[in-house]
Amino acid sequence: MASHKFMGYRRENGRVGIRNHVIILPLDDLSNAACEAVANNIKGTMAIPHPYGRLQFGADLDLHFRTLIGTGCNPNVAAVIVIGIEPGWTGRVVDGIAKTGKPVEGFAIERNGDHKTIEMASRKAKEFVHWASEKQREEADLSELWVSVKCGESDTTSGLASNPTVGNFIDKVDPLGTYTCFGETSELTGAEMICATRGKTKEAGEKFMKTWQAYMDEVIEPHKTSDLSDSQPTKGNIEGGLTTIEEKAFGNLEKIGKKTQYVDVLEPAEEPSKGPGLYFMDTSSAAAECVTLQAAAGFVVHLFPTGQGNVIGNPIEPVIKLTANPRTAREMAEHIDVDVSGILRREMTLDEAGDALLAMTLRTCNGRYTAAEALGHREFVLTKLYRSA
Amino acid sequence: MPPHFLVHNPEDSAGVVVVEDAKAGMELEGWVMDTDETIHVTALDDIPIGHKVALSDIKNGDTIMKYGHDNGKAVADIKRGGHMQVHNVKTKRW
Repeated sequence: MASHKFMGYRRENGRVGIRNHVIILPLDDLSNAACEAVANNIKGTMAIPHPYGRLQFGADLDLHFRTLIGTGCNPNVAAVIVIGIEPGWTGRVVDGIAKTGKPVEGFAIERNGDHKTIEMASRKAKEFVHWASEKQREEADLSELWVSVKCGESDTTSGLASNPTVGNFIDKVDPLGTYTCFGETSELTGAEMICATRGKTKEAGEKFMKTWQAYMDEVIEPHKTSDLSDSQPTKGNIEGGLTTIEEKAFGNLEKIGKKTQYVDVLEPAEEPSKGPGLYFMDTSSAAAECVTLQAAAGFVVHLFPTGQGNVIGNPIEPVIKLTANPRTAREMAEHIDVDVSGILRREMTLDEAGDALLAMTLRTCNGRYTAAEALGHREFVLTKLYRSA
Repeated sequence: MPPHFLVHNPEDSAGVVVVEDAKAGMELEGWVMDTDETIHVTALDDIPIGHKVALSDIKNGDTIMKYGHDNGKAVADIKRGGHMQVHNVKTKRW
């Protein structure tokens, strides 16, 4: 394996980021317009609009806060402006992000209106941009990198080659102390017993089975109207040759490699706390929902194998796309960062593909824009557990 | 010559076609990845890239193996070389 070094941004709390965003983060749907106005006023900032944040309660509200605070805390973010309709919940997000030591300031619209809020927030955002744009990249090691993985619009080539390429990457970086994360609870159905055996401890395996069973009992069973065959596999999966959820699940599981074991099972958007290694996170299998949760847990670069050509990106976590489907590599070339279709032609070994993915990951960490970044894909999708009050 | 189809495991019922021009009547060459063996099967149908070809005669109700594991069941008889997809294979889960 070649170099393990990259140039990243070392943050106040010691974590290393690979991007240097100043984000304008709305607490709620009502504050999107003000955030977008600030981002339009101040170049070098990015608004992250979303549709929620009002009248949520219980576990769903906790997840909302965890996701927004986690997004602000992500080391790819240098500084944050938070705008909310009122100061109470706005302050809760600001306080959560402030624990990292990074610059963050909140603004509330009530008693000010959009105009005054936008003016005040724009002045502060300009200060943040001047400050952040002088930050320099410093040398960092793969052991300081947090990498998430999730596949999308999979087909049979995903299970044959692009997912095993990600698995090869994970098997290579796991001994170095890299943090990695996979998710997609429902999509492990059919291979859940095999996944349970991949826990590093008996407790981790049991926690996975409990999490998987809860998803089945609380999400799938009460809400399904058919046998789910129209949703999982998706129409795109079936077009690409996948037939059953079991087949999709075994392909999916190829992403965690042949030998790496997961340390722990995380709640959605929960930050890992048991040291370096692989983590499973309880997430939906919808691409943007999953990556948004992984980014909120602190992962800074994402590996996304696709078969039929999912085009997803994330505003703060660069998404590297790889495919082994030669047709996708040809017809959707602008979306693909790493083409591993040579594996299917026996022109490339899995080990060579893993090295190619690692090389592209380090280039991305050093600053290379991913295809999704260059194309402006910023899918920020909050996971909602149930209807608001 | 690159293979026409790939097989994960020697126990598997199906191979995955990885070329864009697999037509009925063609003799297809396959690579069994786990054992590095080469096998052959004659396609009975046109099989799109990514779709599966049956490696033996399969009876309605038989378990379909892929990755060396249970991947669902046949819901129709399938002949060796036939195209396997949602019309003749179904999940055992939902």
